[in-house]
Amino acid sequence: MAGQADVTQRAESGSSPGAEPSLSVVRQYLLSCGSSSIADRAFSALMLVCALSIFAIVVLILVELISGSKLTIQKFGMPFFFGSAWDPVNGNFGALPFIYGTVVSSILSLIIAVPLAVGVAIFLTEMCPAFLRSFLAFFTELLAAIPSVVYGLWAVFVMVPLLRQYLYPLLIKTLGWTGIFAGPNYGYGMFSAGVILSIMILPIISSLTREVISAVPYSQREAVLALGATRWEMIRMGVLRNARIGIVGAVILGLGRALGETMAVTMVIGNRPEIARSLLAPAYSMASVIANEFSEAADDLSRSALIEIGLALFIVTIIVNALARVLVWAVTRGAPVRGT
Amino acid sequence: MASNVVTPPLRARTSNRLWRVFANHLATVAAVGATILVMAPLIAIFCYLIYKGASSLNFAFFTQIPKPVGEVGGGMANAIVGSGVLLAIASLMGVPIGIAGGIYIAEFGRNKRLANMVRFTADVLNGVPSIVMGIAVFTLIVLPQKGFSALSGGVALGIMMIPTITRTTEEMLLMVPLNVREAALGLGVPNWRSVLSITLRTASPGVITGCMLAFARVAGETAPLLFTAFGNQFWSVSLNQPIAALPLQIFVYAISPYDEWHRLAWAGALVLIVLIVLSVSLVRYVAGRGVLKGAS
Repeated sequence: MAGQADVTQRAESGSSPGAEPSLSVVRQYLLSCGSSSIADRAFSALMLVCALSIFAIVVLILVELISGSKLTIQKFGMPFFFGSAWDPVNGNFGALPFIYGTVVSSILSLIIAVPLAVGVAIFLTEMCPAFLRSFLAFFTELLAAIPSVVYGLWAVFVMVPLLRQYLYPLLIKTLGWTGIFAGPNYGYGMFSAGVILSIMILPIISSLTREVISAVPYSQREAVLALGATRWEMIRMGVLRNARIGIVGAVILGLGRALGETMAVTMVIGNRPEIARSLLAPAYSMASVIANEFSEAADDLSRSALIEIGLALFIVTIIVNALARVLVWAVTRGAPVRGT
Repeated sequence: MASNVVTPPLRARTSNRLWRVFANHLATVAAVGATILVMAPLIAIFCYLIYKGASSLNFAFFTQIPKPVGEVGGGMANAIVGSGVLLAIASLMGVPIGIAGGIYIAEFGRNKRLANMVRFTADVLNGVPSIVMGIAVFTLIVLPQKGFSALSGGVALGIMMIPTITRTTEEMLLMVPLNVREAALGLGVPNWRSVLSITLRTASPGVITGCMLAFARVAGETAPLLFTAFGNQFWSVSLNQPIAALPLQIFVYAISPYDEWHRLAWAGALVLIVLIVLSVSLVRYVAGRGVLKGAS
């Protein structure tokens, strides 16, 4: 009896009022009794090292990229990112056409994908019958997992011919005077890259938006409905207004994907390092130029230039992804578990 | 949901009410329209892939190596084996480290700042373009070795597996109820033994499917292999030689001008897709059933 009381007392003293409930009192007590403490410490240290390896990977990539691009960083400095010459033969490098291609194709893909993705997410969470919901959710998940090269294959043989035959002549005819949709109709070009990118990032944006919308508490919806709102007003005021930060996060995450997408873009963008006014003209992106030229880079300088483009891509995607994660996390943090 | 359209107690002007009802219907139509607009082409892509792949797939695809340009037939046997070798290296590296990282976050780092940082970094690392991994591994392994190799390709894929596996392992371990751990500790089992044989074991269906998902993801990766594994038209399983890989071969064949190679590319795409559909459905099945019955 006395021993039991002792245990209870000790256990109670172990749990201060502020302690988190996840690590239970009993467990804490048993751990502090400490048998086999050396093996336990070694084990937890080993696990810690493996967890830290994730930081190590980030640092390693950064160090490798910086040391690999030392040559061009020293030779060109910042103007590397503003020059538009790409002439490996004469050792003259500028990354502007590639940056332009990456940025414009990504923005284009967001313009196409975001309204559709948000519409799909709203439909799936607020309007969809249950049997359809699980099927569509599964399907979206599947599409997010299809490899880039397979999308590229489809784009080359199905999408580009369709666009070239039907959409582009129409665009040239009606909007050709703006200069944005002008010029020879190759089929391969900036606009095609934007379309395939939007197809690829749609599943990602819509599934994350769905997650964020589901995290909005039901009481919000009920409160707005109780005031006599229509369903759309409920979605607009009760749901979207609460979820907007998370939706922005989802969009930025899609942007990060689009910026770094390599294979599908390489296959349809046309691969010409020029800044053209027309969106139908062939262009080039940062990831594509690396994919196409890296293994054939003849000398150290051109390889260094390509690695510097990779470094820029790495830093930009790290920032974009970190921002997106913070925004999504801010909304879903206190999310109630659905269906309980 | 027509009952939502109720007249508010303070009667709004009729024109206003009509507008609200109209806007409501407009929004519904827009959302349904967006879903149809998105789903139709996506389903079309999927069906087209299956149709095209199935009509191109034959037995030779799995047993023969590529034929020279102009000859009919040939297969991707070397690329399938090559992908297998690369994925084996990647799994040897990515699975243990990834699982250990997940164990750290879930078991030792709960509510610790460091664990949160690891989780955050893993998420961010997941979004880093795969081609950047390729460059890093190139300067790390290929340059010193002075040659493309299967080993470097495997390492590049392995690095990409780590963050994904860490996150899924963590999520699965968190689903194991605390009582299970306490029961083990109460019997006098050391903590490390309890983590490995009790907690991890309980969560193992989930952890394994998480690994399969990471496996399927990197199985389709092309970009990091372009200048690490490099591709090979011939048989090779040597670790310091360039090696063929299925996605690389699909890429090369897709941008080639030969119909026969296009056919092989479609067949290869179908094989990849089947692998991915299987693993995604498995993950969904396990997650939907609740890996751990009674987990609270």
